Amino acid sequence: MKRMTENEYQGKVMNPDTQVWRHWRLELDAQGLAWATLDKAGESTNSLSSAVMAELSQLLDELDRQPPKALIFRSGKAAGFIAGADIQEFTQLDTPAKGIELVARGWQLFNRLAAVHYPTLALVRGHCLGGGLELALACRYLLAVDEPSTRMGLPEVMLGIVPGWGGMLRLPERTGPQAALDMMLTGKTIDAKKAKRLGLADDCVPPRVMDAAAAMLVLSGQARRRPPFLQRLLNGPLKSIVASGARKQVARRARREHYPAPYAIIDIWAHHQGDALAAPQLIDSIVRSPTARNLVRVFFLQERLKSFGKASGFTARRVHVVGAGVMGGDIAAWCALRGLTVTLQDQGIERIAPALQRAYTAWGQRVRDARELRAAMDRLIPDPEGHGVAQADVVIEAIFENLEAKHALLAGLETRMRPDAVLASNTSSLRIEDLASVLARPERLVGIHFFNPVAKMPLVEVVAAAGTEVDTVQRATAFVRQIDRLPLPVRSAPGFLVNAVIGPYMLEAMRAVDEGITPATVDEAMLAFGMPMGPIELVDMVGLDVAMAAGSSLAGSGVAPPRCLLERFNAGHLGRKSGRGFYDYDGGKAAKPPAAAVPAGLAQRLVRPLLERTQELVDEGVVADADLADAGVIFGTGFAPFTGGPLNYLRSQYA
Amino acid sequence: MESEPVYVVDGARTPFLKGRNAPGPFAASDLAVQAGRALLIRQPFAATDLDEVILGCASPSPDEVNIGRVVSLRLGCGQQVPAWTVMRNCASGMQAIDSAMANIRNGRSQLVLAGGVDALSRAPLLYNDVMVQWFARMMQARSIGEKIGMFSRLRPAQLLSPVIGLLKGLTDPVVGLLMGQTAENLAWRFAISRQQMDEFSVRSHQRAVAARQAGRFGEIVPLVDGKGQVYLEDDGVRADSSMAGLAKLKPFFDRRYGRITPGNSSQITDGAAWLLLASQAAVDKWQLQPLGQITDSAWAALDPAEMGLGPVHAATPILQRQQLGLDDIDLWEINEAFAAQVLGCMAAWESDAWCREQLGLPAALGSPPAERLNVDGGAIAIGHPVGASGARIVLHLLHALRAAGARRGIAAICIGGGQGGAMLVENLRTGGA
Repeated sequence: MKRMTENEYQGKVMNPDTQVWRHWRLELDAQGLAWATLDKAGESTNSLSSAVMAELSQLLDELDRQPPKALIFRSGKAAGFIAGADIQEFTQLDTPAKGIELVARGWQLFNRLAAVHYPTLALVRGHCLGGGLELALACRYLLAVDEPSTRMGLPEVMLGIVPGWGGMLRLPERTGPQAALDMMLTGKTIDAKKAKRLGLADDCVPPRVMDAAAAMLVLSGQARRRPPFLQRLLNGPLKSIVASGARKQVARRARREHYPAPYAIIDIWAHHQGDALAAPQLIDSIVRSPTARNLVRVFFLQERLKSFGKASGFTARRVHVVGAGVMGGDIAAWCALRGLTVTLQDQGIERIAPALQRAYTAWGQRVRDARELRAAMDRLIPDPEGHGVAQADVVIEAIFENLEAKHALLAGLETRMRPDAVLASNTSSLRIEDLASVLARPERLVGIHFFNPVAKMPLVEVVAAAGTEVDTVQRATAFVRQIDRLPLPVRSAPGFLVNAVIGPYMLEAMRAVDEGITPATVDEAMLAFGMPMGPIELVDMVGLDVAMAAGSSLAGSGVAPPRCLLERFNAGHLGRKSGRGFYDYDGGKAAKPPAAAVPAGLAQRLVRPLLERTQELVDEGVVADADLADAGVIFGTGFAPFTGGPLNYLRSQYA
Repeated sequence: MESEPVYVVDGARTPFLKGRNAPGPFAASDLAVQAGRALLIRQPFAATDLDEVILGCASPSPDEVNIGRVVSLRLGCGQQVPAWTVMRNCASGMQAIDSAMANIRNGRSQLVLAGGVDALSRAPLLYNDVMVQWFARMMQARSIGEKIGMFSRLRPAQLLSPVIGLLKGLTDPVVGLLMGQTAENLAWRFAISRQQMDEFSVRSHQRAVAARQAGRFGEIVPLVDGKGQVYLEDDGVRADSSMAGLAKLKPFFDRRYGRITPGNSSQITDGAAWLLLASQAAVDKWQLQPLGQITDSAWAALDPAEMGLGPVHAATPILQRQQLGLDDIDLWEINEAFAAQVLGCMAAWESDAWCREQLGLPAALGSPPAERLNVDGGAIAIGHPVGASGARIVLHLLHALRAAGARRGIAAICIGGGQGGAMLVENLRTGGA
């Protein structure tokens, strides 16, 4: 939606002579309201760098000299309100004192803002995250603009740090501790309507009345919203009960030794009134823990992946997907949800219908607005006859992994599609070169390799074969960004990056089972290491048949498959999809027997083949550098993010 | 009278789904969207290249009153393609085509998506007048006491006797007859027996079954609902339709004494049908290969109590001004609102007295032979989603002409309220299917 800057109040700049700020603009309107607009110089989004914070302090000095009737904060950026602190600055915290200083700067400044005598309001439109939300919380009122892009949250925990600029104090005061801890401990964000429902926002208004509403609300004199009585009790005398419940919940998701930040948040809220400075040793251990450093690194790796695809101005409007199985159907559904018109082809409507049903069910939970859901479903068009090929900007082949079948399909697609459209294969195990050999223009075929489940796995490998033309790869990369996935450029090689490194790891895990360690114990070893799922359960999820096939192509012929795999495969236990593999499945969930004591060094042994294979693939040039390899393995497999990725982990072990 | 040709480029319809005394799986706009998007993806142009969208609908639901615009936006035609809804009762879909033709002929449009839709199973139940008054007074009640007092005046019997929207729609508001009663009038006037009607109906089912088996309903595109259920075919067509079975049904409109039963009437149905119409310029620009062209159209009006004869009044002038004899028309589609009504049309054309009196002809015109009329069955078997039927018969006529390797056809439809519409089409694709 267009930003309506034309109706913004153009006030008189206060004291033009003294205003030398680069990032802030302070204007006084006819009613005597001061409007402070943050428009960070040289950036498309606002973040609270030390310079921005210093200027905010000067701005408050200015207003101390001439107190306004009220003060309203707003953003001068189309992208949103404030995205948070300047994460680049986190990477420079090399001494304990610098960490404490960073926390103190925001804590004190926002306390000062919270104490001013005139009423204050934050007009929140678009993202309002981390330090940005802490600024808004320090204002007396928070007015949220009801648009899809408006998201509020304290995601510090995802970077391994804590919301130390008042978030741990003020968010629980507004919403009660349960909702506040939920937001702070998971990092999840909420929209404008929910912010109002939770008491975080005083009101939620459409953009057309936001300026008027901000002015009325800030001058209203009305008391700030308070949470219900029970929530105030929970934020007071009953804190310890909430804290112990929250600790138990966190323990189910993250181990303290891997992720200290969520535990610190609970402690600082429960024992130090949200004041991180009251627990300096905690802050120091957090700010300079390897976890925080590695998670910040992962953040920047993600930013790097996001930056790919800018080399091409390519924008797709129509996508044609052939193959309505789990992968093809979910790829098509995802593209439709991201706003593209998608034609989905398979042999007959009966094969396509289950994909539509799956999309409808999955989005029903994800998309709240019934009209938005309907629009996405309208864009997902069953196309048994493949009419959509002729008009598509991107054609993705996602049929079963059979060279002859793919050859026949690709050759047919090439003659019918537009010469300028991207032709892609979602193959995971066949060589792009081999697939392209039947094409009149083999240089136009590119791999766009998604992971299962498509809606949850952010990584997409963009695979270039030896002869693939650069422009095609760039357009494929731009397309992956367009649908909000993270593109990882890789060279065509068996298993590309992700499957190639996960294969030896699963193989080693099954060898351990062959040696008599129970599957549950093997999985427990890797869960303790920090993996989101154990390797044996992963085999069950991938399918034992797929593991057998992949094993022979990845490990090379002549290598005998693990006995435990072969036996189960021969007995027809193919994993989750057949209800039984290494585990029994009921409703898609593994029934895991209790794990035995994990033998010392087991995790190191199991992960070693993965680490080594990753290094080899970097050396072979399958992936351009070690950072990208780390990014790919984290976002493609969920490899323990707090380690910073396999190669970063490898370095740390031998550093 | 030579004028700018209007081409039918392509067309598609949903399966027609029989109403089963409960709201069907699709809203009217869902039906039109699913048929429309399947039609549009096979065109060489984009949805945004259309000049306008015109949709006929006799009973749009309250949340999609200009259903044409709703569907156009949902189809991705874009904000800048105008879209509107036309209402001419049973001929709404044919009216949409006629309106598209008019705009193409006068140069306003080159490429138009036109069709019809209705989801009769979703026709609303309405509060009766007594309840509406009660709500109005309730809204004016100020104090709690007044409001409680209002509740004491609430009569559950009134609350539980809603007005059935569908029945209202199928009743002539001027002469107060149900549509079936107007057909009883024709049966009485032309002495059409229950036996004749039932025979006609069995044949309609048999022809529809045969056409399905021979793959002659190529215009149908499947529907898929949110549960992944696929709808491939018209679900009211009965392979087991028989005289004995139909004989068991009781007269519905004139109870006990009448001749018209649900079995020899069209079915209450949900469905949508679309045609893509193009000017010569658009055909050239996009290198389209039209199915056929619409050469002429006509509208006529008559006594609402005999609305079923509308096709005779509308089609006869086309024959006259195009100087065509009955033999020149290879195939006919006359919408089967009721068996008695189609048989009534035949009887009228066969009647010297009626043709003299009503059409000013010297003698009877004669009627289309049965083997040229509704060759693949009609609304008695397939169903009659009111707004869609006019578009369906024009589209199917073109398909049937092509399958038969024939050239000219007329589609005609009777209209509740006492009107009739007809269109003369020409097949441009020779050599069979």
